[in-house]
Amino acid sequence: MYKVKSFSGSFIKYASLFIGVAAAIIPILVVFFSSFKTTEEYRTTNILTAPESWLNFENYRRAFTEGNMLVGFFNTIFILLVAIVFSILIGTMIAYILSRFQFKFSKVMIGLFLFAVLIPGITTQVATFQVISSLGLFNTRWAAILLFTGTDIIGIYIFLQFLDSSSLSLDESAMIDGASYFTIYRKIILPLLKPAMATVFIIRGVAIYNDFYIPFLYMPAERLQVVSTSLYRFMGPFGAQWEVISAGIIIVIVPTLVLFIFLQKYIYNGFTQGAMKG
Amino acid sequence: MEKKPKEKKFNMMSLSDLSYKKQRSIIIIAFSIVPLLLLFTFSYYPLMQMFRYSFHEWNGLGPVENFVGLENYKTIFTDPEYFSVFRVSIYYFVATFFQMGFALYFATILSFDVKFKNFFKGVLFFPYLLNGVAIGFIFRVFYTGGGTLDSLMEMFGLGEYIQFWLRDRSIVNISLAATSVWRYMGFNFIIFLGAIQSVPREIYEAAEVDGANRWHQFRYIILPSIKRILQLNIILAISGAISVFEIPYIMTQGQNGTMTFVIQTLDTAFKFRKVGLASAMGIVLLIIVLLVTLVQKTWLKEKEA
Repeated sequence: MYKVKSFSGSFIKYASLFIGVAAAIIPILVVFFSSFKTTEEYRTTNILTAPESWLNFENYRRAFTEGNMLVGFFNTIFILLVAIVFSILIGTMIAYILSRFQFKFSKVMIGLFLFAVLIPGITTQVATFQVISSLGLFNTRWAAILLFTGTDIIGIYIFLQFLDSSSLSLDESAMIDGASYFTIYRKIILPLLKPAMATVFIIRGVAIYNDFYIPFLYMPAERLQVVSTSLYRFMGPFGAQWEVISAGIIIVIVPTLVLFIFLQKYIYNGFTQGAMKG
Repeated sequence: MEKKPKEKKFNMMSLSDLSYKKQRSIIIIAFSIVPLLLLFTFSYYPLMQMFRYSFHEWNGLGPVENFVGLENYKTIFTDPEYFSVFRVSIYYFVATFFQMGFALYFATILSFDVKFKNFFKGVLFFPYLLNGVAIGFIFRVFYTGGGTLDSLMEMFGLGEYIQFWLRDRSIVNISLAATSVWRYMGFNFIIFLGAIQSVPREIYEAAEVDGANRWHQFRYIILPSIKRILQLNIILAISGAISVFEIPYIMTQGQNGTMTFVIQTLDTAFKFRKVGLASAMGIVLLIIVLLVTLVQKTWLKEKEA
């Protein structure tokens, strides 16, 4: 009796997992198939069938050249790296003083940073747009860099949590040796925060690579397009050519997939930590 | 040996020679000035400005001078064109419960012994990492006439139930909300899985020795361990449902009855240049989010006490 029950139990278990996996993969797989089909083939064959030739890279060529996706990758990587380096620098600095010193306004400052998390960024764009354009940053990469850095409060929060739970003994022994506060930050705090930096890098990296609205709104110039906006542009010129759009989609997904496979462990840890603490 | 302290004195500019008290003030100012500047420029100043704009009729250009009092707020709550969009968020709110249900189910299954555990975990989580524009396009292919969904249904002999998934006004929001579930389920799943796995293995083993079956383990060990996260997620679902933006914007441009509050706000500001009205909408959204957070904080505190 028990055996029968556990057999049907594990059947349901694997069947449901199989359905879950199919639901996650099939929508992407179909696009992958389409990206290798010729225009004629896409029009006449069933969307679920595999392409005739897996070596038909014509759609990829067109996506790259006519869709100008290299520009998109260049801009995304540039903005992503600069913004994250700034975020990490600024986040560790503010977290260091807020966690190690108690001064007149430290409570108020922590409150200001935490409250800012609640402001839904997407709607304040109405007013942020005025700030960016009055700073003369409209249609420059700095618009995105500053906005990604300036609104990264989750990063500050992760660093703060990390430092609050770390012991002060290293700081104290360094002070006995006569180290300045800056030396303590550079030699003790920064190395101590390395795991938290990895978390921030992953969470922010994914967020910036995938962000659509900030580049869309602040950098409409074609030479400034990022990965998201270059894909979004496909709707116009390639309107009905879904086989080319499919190639564009796959081009955007591949870097994410490759990084996910290699950094799986860090990515899981990053998001679990970010969510528990953030 | 005696000389060392003396040598140090010559090096007056070195930070380490300043008293810790002076150093303290210097480092506090030096390290907080840039972060605070950014915080004010990109969070608080826009917020204050938005509040000011919300009482004016303004097209975003020139001076802000046409004061209209509460007129903009009145428009939001009386003009059905602006208020009806809240109806759309209900679809996404309901969808969140499906999302969390699936996430909890898969997290529970995968916290026990399963073959190819890492493969299942990875595949179920992966959609969350994907680019929003890519997801929007993938699901246009999915829902289009003769697309992925239609072909799958025909394969399983369900051809007669095929609908105009994105063109039928009574269905389109369900299609979009389902896309949202596909996109975000992996996130809840990985968080739940983390919480469940933080329960020490021995507790399950002890429960098994005491004759607890899987349902008992779920009910008395797993559920309590993720109760707090579950509550937090349910409350966050409210603000999430009102702030839905990317999926409907990319897939249907908010047309055909899929307009959400955020798309409406941004269109009002940047397409129709009614910055004053859009600002009032932004403030309304902010107030809703703050109220929800307040409820969450007090509710969770009560539960803890």
